[in-house]
Amino acid sequence: MEYSLIDLEPGESGLIKGIVGSSQSKKRLMAMGIIQGKEITVETVAPMGDPRIYSVLGYRLSMRNVEAQNIRIVRN
Amino acid sequence: MQGGKITVALVGNPNCGKTTLLNRITRSKESVGNYPRVTVALKRKEFTHQGQVIELIDLPGIYALTSQTPEEREARDFIHSGQVDIIINVLDACNLERSLFLTSQLIEMGHPLLFVLNMADEARSKKLQIDTQGLSSMLGGSVFETVGTTGEGLKELLDGVVMLHAQKTRREPIFLTYDDHLEQSVRRVQRLVTELHPKALDHHQSRWLAIKLLEGDDRILLQEGEHAHLLEMVHRERYDLARSHGEECDLLFAMARYGFTHGVVEEVVQGPSEGEMVRDWTGRLDQVFLHRFFGIPLLLVLLWIMFQSTFSLGKIPMGWIDASVSWVSEWVSGQLPEGMVHDLVVDGIIAGVGGTVVFLPNIVILFFFMAMFSETGYLARAAFLVDRSMHTFGLHGKALIPLVMGFGCNVPAVMATRTIEDYRSRMITILISPFMLCSARLPVFILFAGAFFSEKAGTMVLLMYVLSIVVAMGAAVILNRLFLRSDDDAFVMELPPYRLPTLRAIMIHMGDRVIGFLQKVAGVILVGSIIIWFLQEFPHHQTLSQDYDREISQLALMPQTLQNEEIITALKMKKAQEELEQSYLGQIARTIAPVFVPLHFTWKDTVAILTGFVAKEVVVASYAVLYSQGDRAAENSESLRKALSHSMTPIVAFTFMLFALLYAPCLGTIATIGREAGGWIWAGYSVAFSMTLAYGLSFLVVQIGGLLL
Ligand SMILES: Nc1nc2c(ncn2[C@@H]2O[C@H](COP(=O)(O)OP(=O)(O)OP(=O)(O)O)[C@@H](O)[C@H]2O)c(=O)[nH]1
Ligand SMILES: [Mg+2]
Repeated sequence: MEYSLIDLEPGESGLIKGIVGSSQSKKRLMAMGIIQGKEITVETVAPMGDPRIYSVLGYRLSMRNVEAQNIRIVRN
Repeated sequence: MQGGKITVALVGNPNCGKTTLLNRITRSKESVGNYPRVTVALKRKEFTHQGQVIELIDLPGIYALTSQTPEEREARDFIHSGQVDIIINVLDACNLERSLFLTSQLIEMGHPLLFVLNMADEARSKKLQIDTQGLSSMLGGSVFETVGTTGEGLKELLDGVVMLHAQKTRREPIFLTYDDHLEQSVRRVQRLVTELHPKALDHHQSRWLAIKLLEGDDRILLQEGEHAHLLEMVHRERYDLARSHGEECDLLFAMARYGFTHGVVEEVVQGPSEGEMVRDWTGRLDQVFLHRFFGIPLLLVLLWIMFQSTFSLGKIPMGWIDASVSWVSEWVSGQLPEGMVHDLVVDGIIAGVGGTVVFLPNIVILFFFMAMFSETGYLARAAFLVDRSMHTFGLHGKALIPLVMGFGCNVPAVMATRTIEDYRSRMITILISPFMLCSARLPVFILFAGAFFSEKAGTMVLLMYVLSIVVAMGAAVILNRLFLRSDDDAFVMELPPYRLPTLRAIMIHMGDRVIGFLQKVAGVILVGSIIIWFLQEFPHHQTLSQDYDREISQLALMPQTLQNEEIITALKMKKAQEELEQSYLGQIARTIAPVFVPLHFTWKDTVAILTGFVAKEVVVASYAVLYSQGDRAAENSESLRKALSHSMTPIVAFTFMLFALLYAPCLGTIATIGREAGGWIWAGYSVAFSMTLAYGLSFLVVQIGGLLL
């Protein structure tokens, strides 16, 4: 079953399947390690639920939910 | 270029410690900070190692060579410019897999490369073991472990640079191999590239060009624009690859690169897993600082502590400086004979410079806190916490960092907006940055708050900070309406681990501001004070309404009574007042003063406003010079406060504070806006916008306040 990254709750993780969206934002995300097959975990949620902090490749990065929506994952 | 200068560039991801290394190696004091994208423009420094002159260049951090923001492009274009002899690729040892993505692109360029595993101390404490020998052979270049903050490993690195340059024999460059489909496409494009550039490119260069074309690198595509059938071929190859793999071509290459980096990491790194890497004390601290309910209150408390300390702690050394200034003033006054020179030095120079320099402690303390925030990694968290709220004002969370920097000085704040990718969002941030209460305006508010609201001085100053934020946000909303909404929703930001601030980094932060402040005092404030003094002292041949001197001397001959004394003092003050009004300064100011009549500002306030255009600190110096004239004792800030407090009502004083907060940015900021926004029209726009806002709001406050009180 395929989900988007925002479907994950804090503490949950999934495997990245792909990114949809503009090629510019794809490039930006890819350069930061958002790439097919990598595991990604929701670490922290900002006070109003947006943005959130994820961990991928052993480091932390924050993303707004509108971006996270473009990242397809499969649940672990 | 044997014997000549070696040009060495530091290339790496944001926040991997490039500037820290540069500072260590060349003993410089460039800004560092524990958040990504501190450095936004390239910095060159020269030094000598083993008799070899080396020019070291610090570039803005980048994650890839296919980048979009202005500072990323600057870095990329410099790497491609052909000016670089050796690239030092700085890698964060704790973040190897991601760091190597950029490395995979650098390797293909075939440039002489060295690799640095920085943050070796953190890697050790995380029990990460990296086989540097293995890494070196997989990357095709020497690898050095360093700790930027202590200088560990730097000597070996520099020896390595000199050696690599001396050998001049490149190691056989490493090729990344792609899977069959990609590889065939690369070969086909490479063949055509070689045909189109006969003998100009070696095998390595043509392969690189082919890969860049297939990866869709806009810069290279532009460069090859004349070869229409090459572009057509590239287009077709990209299309075919995308169709047969069901993925865009860029992505296929990126995946291949991550395949390579993953392979390298598997081979050479031993230690905790990815998941374990983030179960560290940064994670535990984040649970507190980024708490869903307490995160934002905690941020506010920390800011409150910062401002409160700035004023309450600052008072003590302020008193000392004040006392020393009075002492110097008195001593000089006693040494110099009465006359012009005496007045120039005492009433002009010492009053103006002394009146400004007392605020040094406030600036030191404020910047101590700012340095702590940025060095610990909290500033990046703050940007994360407020992103949502900023978004409702049409701003980006990343705008927080430039805006907070604006509390120090608007000039670096405007420069720091370079990290905002979206053009509109960036322009809006540039235009609102000058509303941030910079340290140059702080003295004005401390002076006024002390003079008019002595009981609640601290609160008043805090109120000015709040107002500065409120106006900035309001302005953002207005600009958003004018400009159409900015449609960039990206907020991908790396959150660095919390780090213990080093003394050195804190000193760089504070030193920068302190030196900048003192330079201004020694430069623009000194000159400003002298000019203002001259303008108010001349012309000397004035026709006064009464012959004050005669009246005073007559009174002085009469028996000394208390009443008599008072009349003499009153006459003296009236005379001084009249002289001032007829001076050049008075004449200039009174021509413009009608503009400010609706705001209830006197011509003296007008003078202060005019001088503040140059630099906002001069406002205080102007008052100090203006009020030291009639009243001999006004050389220290205590008596300046007293003199000032009689000159206007509290509501007008508040209006003046508001006006001083908002009206046109100083010359330095205006120039920076012109440069950064890419057009003087923007600078003009900024001045017009801020003047309108300042005048409009001040008018409202003074009129409504007048009705209410
Ligand atoms: N523990 C540790 N901290 C380091 C080391 N090198 C740098 N730092 C810290 O890492 C943070 C980032 O360093 P910078 O030198 O600003 O990084 P940069 O690569 O110039 O970053 P950008 O300019 O944003 O691209 C600072 O807080 C440094 O004090 C190191 O070897 N060990
Ligand atoms: Mg830097």
